[in-house]
Amino acid sequence: MSPSNRKEEEDVVPGIDSGSSDANSQLDLNRRQFLATSAVVSAGLAAGLPNFALAEAPGTAAPNTMPLSISINKQLHTLTIDTRTSLLDLLRENLDLTGSKKGCDHGQCGACTVLLDGRRVNSCLTLAVAAQGSEVTTIEGLGDESSLSPVQKSFLDHDGFQCGYCTPGQICSATALLAETKHNTLSTVSFETGRTTNPTITDDEIRERMSGNICRCGAYPNIVAAVRALTSAGGAA
Amino acid sequence: MNPFAYQRPDAPEAALHAVATHNSKFLGGGTNLIDLMKDGVESPTTLIDINHIGLDQITASADGATIGALVRNSDLANHAAIVASYPLLSHALLSGASPQLRNMATTGGNLLQRTRCFYFMDTAFPACNKRTPGSGCAAIKGFNRTHAILGATDAGPTSPHTCIATNPSDMNVALYALDAKVEIQGPHGKRTLSVRDFHRLPGDTPQLDTNLHPGELIVAVTLPPSKFAKNSWYLKVRDRQSYAFALISVAAGLELEGNTIKSAGLALGGVAHKPWHSPEAEHALIGQPATPETFAKAATLLLAGAKPQAQNAFKIELAKQSIVRALTQAAQGVQA
Repeated sequence: MSPSNRKEEEDVVPGIDSGSSDANSQLDLNRRQFLATSAVVSAGLAAGLPNFALAEAPGTAAPNTMPLSISINKQLHTLTIDTRTSLLDLLRENLDLTGSKKGCDHGQCGACTVLLDGRRVNSCLTLAVAAQGSEVTTIEGLGDESSLSPVQKSFLDHDGFQCGYCTPGQICSATALLAETKHNTLSTVSFETGRTTNPTITDDEIRERMSGNICRCGAYPNIVAAVRALTSAGGAA
Repeated sequence: MNPFAYQRPDAPEAALHAVATHNSKFLGGGTNLIDLMKDGVESPTTLIDINHIGLDQITASADGATIGALVRNSDLANHAAIVASYPLLSHALLSGASPQLRNMATTGGNLLQRTRCFYFMDTAFPACNKRTPGSGCAAIKGFNRTHAILGATDAGPTSPHTCIATNPSDMNVALYALDAKVEIQGPHGKRTLSVRDFHRLPGDTPQLDTNLHPGELIVAVTLPPSKFAKNSWYLKVRDRQSYAFALISVAAGLELEGNTIKSAGLALGGVAHKPWHSPEAEHALIGQPATPETFAKAATLLLAGAKPQAQNAFKIELAKQSIVRALTQAAQGVQA
């Protein structure tokens, strides 16, 4: 699947409320899709398959589709999707919200971290159909260039990234970390330091609580600094 | 990933009815199942999403605790009564996975977590008796540094019985030390298993991880009255400080009168197809002073019969020293 095809496919997925595709581009895409792919895969496209599913061997079994209603960054989306679609692929491939990143796609790197009903989760291991009726907050929903969220600003202030690929996940994770600390949630460091009531968010606590987000560039010292600045221990409210 | 139908029942009875469908599986947090489905290790044709059937409450009293099967690992670990009365369980839960995964993973799902054996998880290797019964074992002559040293079946790489996989859960190790029970509901009623009887050794059926029958649903985990709240410790030894599976883990709980051990709970993770527990090792602690010498005797008993593979002989000594250290930490009590 060439990159040039991808955007256009997203536009013709039925049920999406973007309204951005016109009839000509759909016809154009359908013609090229017909030439480029098998009939089985085209049937999948018409049913709203995300690209990841198209990329896999189609096999003989027909895809199962389900209606889905889900709120992303306080905007309600109603569409029909393949049951195999992960929340991450729904965001990236169907809804054009590409801020959430696909790193490992196996829950091992945290690049796909989003907030599902306020809790941080790996969107790559969350089935979109299972998130029916949920409120999802992605990096796009935390802030933008004109009004950065406190965590986004702190990552900029402390240079908490190099290549930036893991950063949306890091920022979503840190946003949840700060909310969790308000409820005095514990980590294994809390037990190891004997502080299982109202644990102080030390650098060791930050490292442990951010350990679900891998940074291959190794920007960890600055990520810790960015989070520390927003904890009570860091001096900022 | 193979196509699958998706159902969302709203009660345990409806879930049990739905799971009678051929080749269906329950979907809890999905952290293990979806991962394995992506790689073709699991390929159910129907998923029964049980996240809306209830079973998500914790009740605790002096008589014990009942943990609903759908309680998330992070909620269980942070529940005030669990932290106060069963800190060993909280400590173990928080030693596993990442905050994101713990927000998703369920109590029942954690009990059913499948092995992290590389050869089980990668369908490019044809030989895995657990994934494809009768196909042999690629791990026995492969990279087996992380594999079992106790209770394994080792009849050579081509035997249909050989399996040296380990159970990857941290929660399970704590539940063995705490002598938890698993409440199960099936099409013909309810039954209860000791967690120590819930998981299986590979024996000659390595494809079976547990004694849960097809069509049965875990509804709760129950804990007996708390005995180790003041003196417990979970020690996890791994290749990096966080977000990694255990090479060795130890769940240790002591009930002390002065410096004398009145009762003890001890289980070992990362060493076998199930958390490793021995009544003899626990018995060797009872009535004895809480000293390194006592702990070393229990460690020797718990490791009795250990047999390493080519790359994991280090685990035997590491396990013994980890047991002594965990019991020593437990005896020191809750740090302030």
